[in-house]
Amino acid sequence: MSESNRDDGVSRRKVLECMTWVGTGVLWTVSGGVPHSLGIMGEAAAAEAKGLTFLQISDSHVGFDKPANPNALGTLEEAIAKVNAQPQKPAFMIHTGDISHLSLEAQFDDADRIISQARLDVHYVPGEHDFLDPNQTLYQQRYGRGTKGAGWYSFDADGVHFIGLVNVFNLKGGGMGDLGAEQLEWLEDDLKGRSASTPIVVFAHIPLWTIYPDWGWGTDDSAQALSYLKRFGSVTVLNGHIHQIMQKVEGNVTFHTARSTAFPQPAPGQAASPGPMKVPDDQLRKMLGIASVTFRQNEQRLAIIDSPLKS
Amino acid sequence: MFLSNTIRSALVAAALGAATAGLTAVAVLPGWAQGAPQANAAAVSIDNFTFTPQTLTVKAGTTVTWTNRDDIPHGIASEANAFAKSKALDTDDSYSFTFATPGTYKYFCYVHPHMTGTIVVEPNS
Repeated sequence: MSESNRDDGVSRRKVLECMTWVGTGVLWTVSGGVPHSLGIMGEAAAAEAKGLTFLQISDSHVGFDKPANPNALGTLEEAIAKVNAQPQKPAFMIHTGDISHLSLEAQFDDADRIISQARLDVHYVPGEHDFLDPNQTLYQQRYGRGTKGAGWYSFDADGVHFIGLVNVFNLKGGGMGDLGAEQLEWLEDDLKGRSASTPIVVFAHIPLWTIYPDWGWGTDDSAQALSYLKRFGSVTVLNGHIHQIMQKVEGNVTFHTARSTAFPQPAPGQAASPGPMKVPDDQLRKMLGIASVTFRQNEQRLAIIDSPLKS
Repeated sequence: MFLSNTIRSALVAAALGAATAGLTAVAVLPGWAQGAPQANAAAVSIDNFTFTPQTLTVKAGTTVTWTNRDDIPHGIASEANAFAKSKALDTDDSYSFTFATPGTYKYFCYVHPHMTGTIVVEPNS
């Protein structure tokens, strides 16, 4: 597995091979910038007991009912069942956006009803599908309490500093994701005075590294944000949006995207558009899933386990 | 538009024919007046995250209608808010705007801003 982490991400075939092998998920560890697979879920579970473990879900697109998955609410429910079946209760959950498909009240209601069944604190950031109501107010009303600007914020857990960013608000024609000057200023200020040994986790909807500009898979001003993070020894960037797993390591920064719980999207450039990808029914749940992230204190390494809904 | 004008001409001819024949045209005239589509209309389709045609040239007064043929919502917004933004367009939803003033209007999808297009509105004369 160690060779399968490339700049263009982990190949789906390779990941699926691992899924077959371990049955449940792949455990990635990063040590000194070199990612490698540790082994099966059982070892991961043992390691989890020693550190902070949280979950990531993404792109639930509640309300989506097209051929790629006629029941996105149902697969979200399956994802939450998977959360509840975790061997150790995670500290909390993050949701990296596109909670709803069309920002309708009923879609947010349905999402909240299912996600709350995990009985975990959930830290949200919005996706572009969460700002589709005419006045762009519903997301903020529901999830924006205590946040700044369009919904960005930070918090600390077990010595790890978490930063939720918004790169889907008031996007500019011809561009990709965008953080904007006000948010960048806030970020610089938020990091000021923090010890370089503080592990940092940044999460946002659209990837903060450029994956495929032709499909808008990147954030125009992410380099500025990352420059503020350079001095930190351990930085993990968690994104969604592209509905597939990709990972890249650059210096002390690990970038990772999570699967969707709703529908898969094609690999960059492998289809006419990034639209929902219809796969055979028995393949769908292998391409949807959740991610679990674990920190071990004083080891400066992290483990990310991606688990499909069905292996 | 071409077709509707042809139909309208045919209806007018029929109405005139009916009038000259000494029959009432009342039953015919309201029919075409009500059902007549916009005199100047043009369409942009949204397919595979692309606006087609990418650049559309129309005469002032033309109503442009965008229709989303993708399985994912899109939305129309213009540079510097030159014309009104659409609601989010789900699959098969449409948005229309009538361009009264000549000029070049650049627009993009506010859900996927890498999608861009241009409407060129020419004077009528």
